[in-house]
Amino acid sequence: MVDIPKPEELIKKTDTPLPSKRWENIPADLSPGKFCYPTKQKSLEYLDLPTPGREWSPADEEWPLPENWQEIIHEGFKERLEKYRSLKVFMDICVRCGACADKCHFFIGTGDPKNMPVVRAELLRSIYRNDFTTAGKILGKIAGARKLTPAVIKEWFSYFYQCTECRRCSVFCPYGIDTAEITMMARELLTLVGLNINWILEPAANCFRTGNHLGIQPHAFKEMIDFYCDDIEEVTGIRIDPSFNRKGAEILFITPSGDYFADPGIYTMMGYLLLFEHIGLDYTLSTYASEGGNFGLFTSADMVKRLNAKMYIEAKRLGVKWILGGECGHMWRVIHQYMDTLNGPADFLEAPVSPITGTKFENAASTKMVHIMEFTADLIKHDKLKIDPSRNDNKVVTFHDGCNPSRGMGLLEEPRYVIKNVCNNFYEMPENTIREQTFCCGSGAGLNTEEIMELRMRGGLPRANAVKYVHDKFGVNLLACICAIDRASLPPLMNYWVPDVGVTGVHELVGNALVMDGEIERTSDLRFEPLNDETPEGNKGEADE
Amino acid sequence: MNADYLSSLIAVVVLGLIAYAGVAMAGLNGFFGVFVPYLALVLFVIGFTRRVLGWAGSAVPFRIPTTCGQEKSLPWIKQAKIDNPSTKTGVVLRMFFEVLLFRSLFRNTRATLNENGRLSYKWVLWLWAFALMFHYCFLLVVLRHLRFFTEPVPGFVKMLEGVDGMLQIGLPVMRISGVLLLVAATLLLLRRILLPKVRYISRPADYFPLFLIIGIAGTGIFMRYFTKVDVVKIKELTMGLATFHPAMVQDGIGALFYSHLFLVSILLAYIPNSKLMHMGGVFLSPTRNLANNSRAVRHINPWNHPVKVHTYEEYEDDFREKMIEAGLPVEKE
Repeated sequence: MVDIPKPEELIKKTDTPLPSKRWENIPADLSPGKFCYPTKQKSLEYLDLPTPGREWSPADEEWPLPENWQEIIHEGFKERLEKYRSLKVFMDICVRCGACADKCHFFIGTGDPKNMPVVRAELLRSIYRNDFTTAGKILGKIAGARKLTPAVIKEWFSYFYQCTECRRCSVFCPYGIDTAEITMMARELLTLVGLNINWILEPAANCFRTGNHLGIQPHAFKEMIDFYCDDIEEVTGIRIDPSFNRKGAEILFITPSGDYFADPGIYTMMGYLLLFEHIGLDYTLSTYASEGGNFGLFTSADMVKRLNAKMYIEAKRLGVKWILGGECGHMWRVIHQYMDTLNGPADFLEAPVSPITGTKFENAASTKMVHIMEFTADLIKHDKLKIDPSRNDNKVVTFHDGCNPSRGMGLLEEPRYVIKNVCNNFYEMPENTIREQTFCCGSGAGLNTEEIMELRMRGGLPRANAVKYVHDKFGVNLLACICAIDRASLPPLMNYWVPDVGVTGVHELVGNALVMDGEIERTSDLRFEPLNDETPEGNKGEADE
Repeated sequence: MNADYLSSLIAVVVLGLIAYAGVAMAGLNGFFGVFVPYLALVLFVIGFTRRVLGWAGSAVPFRIPTTCGQEKSLPWIKQAKIDNPSTKTGVVLRMFFEVLLFRSLFRNTRATLNENGRLSYKWVLWLWAFALMFHYCFLLVVLRHLRFFTEPVPGFVKMLEGVDGMLQIGLPVMRISGVLLLVAATLLLLRRILLPKVRYISRPADYFPLFLIIGIAGTGIFMRYFTKVDVVKIKELTMGLATFHPAMVQDGIGALFYSHLFLVSILLAYIPNSKLMHMGGVFLSPTRNLANNSRAVRHINPWNHPVKVHTYEEYEDDFREKMIEAGLPVEKE
């Protein structure tokens, strides 16, 4: 592990002037701490992906490329230009206006010009011009073309794993050029020659076999949930007994594995369990489809499909009516924009209707999967929940829009509506840092790995900086989010830049505020931290109304 | 000084001089007045069509709009119907604002880090304003030039000329669009040269078209207000081109006109091989021209091939004993 500078030193290093050399002439920095560890052979083999044939490090001078690597990349590129209009159009029409340049959190945090979205795309475009355009073939360098060399592959590996596919640049681009799309294609190409990173593909291999990224086996999954039920009982006096793999349940609930594995995601899990108990939902959890997330999205479209297939397979096997999905970012990019196309049509399911309110979720009529924020917002709107927001009074909350729910879906109001109903203290971050302009946590798209901690802290700077603003101004002490990657990546980010701010899922706040039938008097929240005892009794009554 | 823009500038100047000298010294009026424009037009039409058909021929496997506002969800939540459209009408409106008013560029901000270590984002409209001015002036200039290719001149062209010439400053009537085009192109060029980030990403492919357009606008303005070329003879030539009965106008048109025409020809031929294809591509961008309704309406991927999945049966085979022990239901005991 490489030590990282202190925050006050690091922030000064972000504002570096641009290099005097052209980016084409600057080799990628692949010194320790600057790259993600490559995938271990066994994971690649398990997923039937090309392997480099030996263990290797990006710091090596000589990379283990297959003999015909140039041909593989060329053919792979060609195939993708036919399969993706997005790629072909985006390769052709960028005018390099520069509007995207300072929209990228990695550029803001590193000052590295190759982290400007326009240059990141040029890394690929320069090869495209050389291989596939007349101008590039004739004019070469003058037309912005360059030959595919091992140095270019190294550069791709470095910079396409310095992009979190957050799509912020795409919001500002006059042609909607989406760097996420470009990064996805580049990562597919790298995967064709056996180059990818362990933090993505080991979870993908786990997910393929055990149903979830963390490799949690069925009995352990059940044990973990039971353990959280014990905790819930201790806090609320209510015993919840959720079902697993139960045929005939009305709804299958799927959430990312981070929600039942690690702090603070587990408190969000408790929130879901309390909510479902509160409304008497007929649902089941699956050990086979025990992962909402999909690290295939950071690998290839085929891998997305392979991992995602479990959701519909399991829904069909169990005979549920529809699927409810937990709080997660890239999971929802997949469900919202890919699942039905890849693994549908889900004609064995019914168009989702809330059994509690009767609301038809028309926006999910075909995919048959509803986001829990939509579900809960609808419950609150119909006054189906007994809520005591004062239990969250010791929390001064702000909300971080996840990249995918905001820019790949548009789930903006639902979480805010829920938060405002279960908390009394809510403050928005500055407007250029939220909603469709939200900043990434700096660790998305598979980059939430320890060995690049400095890069993550740099990439997360714009997000953390906005949190610091509301922390200083309004005393915000809790950052709410609806993404499992956020729940894993924001705590170290906050710890580094704004140490007094904690991280929570929205349903943790819901779980705290829910007044359960027959519950004991709550003295602590779901984290066993004491409720604010300074709250006057009167307030509680008001909040109930 | 920077080789990228100097080389582009020199290239444009040389191109202009070639045509000038070719006509003034070698009398190649036919070559520059007829052959080159036709060749350029053919290259443009074929190249442009091929590019657009090339894009259209690629699949759109997924529905991937970049959503820039609230989705359509529950009936009581207000949807951003244009920035996050769920219907065709919404998409048409989104494209209208994107293509005609540069909606996304209108969002532009500038990030700065102040001394207290605080990042701020300022709304900046310069690029949007320059771009809008540039494109609309260009469009007006092109439309006004229809005067040279039609007889009688259509009413709307005359009307545009009228509007364009409202600010009359001496004679001949000054056409604002041409002057503003030159100004806007120069501003865009200065932006590239002066702003460090934009300079860093700019390459000959960015400078060359700007110098070319500046050259075209410059020669045009020069002819109109200073050298006073014979417009009647020019029209004879251009009408000849338009009606495919090219007239060999030998003299009376200044050589500068041929520089102008040659640069226009170069631009036409250059467009399909360059970033200027954004004029076609902007309509085909899947992040903007699709409705965000992928959960409501299934999007079809034409190449959606089968993949190897890990079936439930394989999973249960792997873990059956543990599942039974944990009291989890299984298919096969």
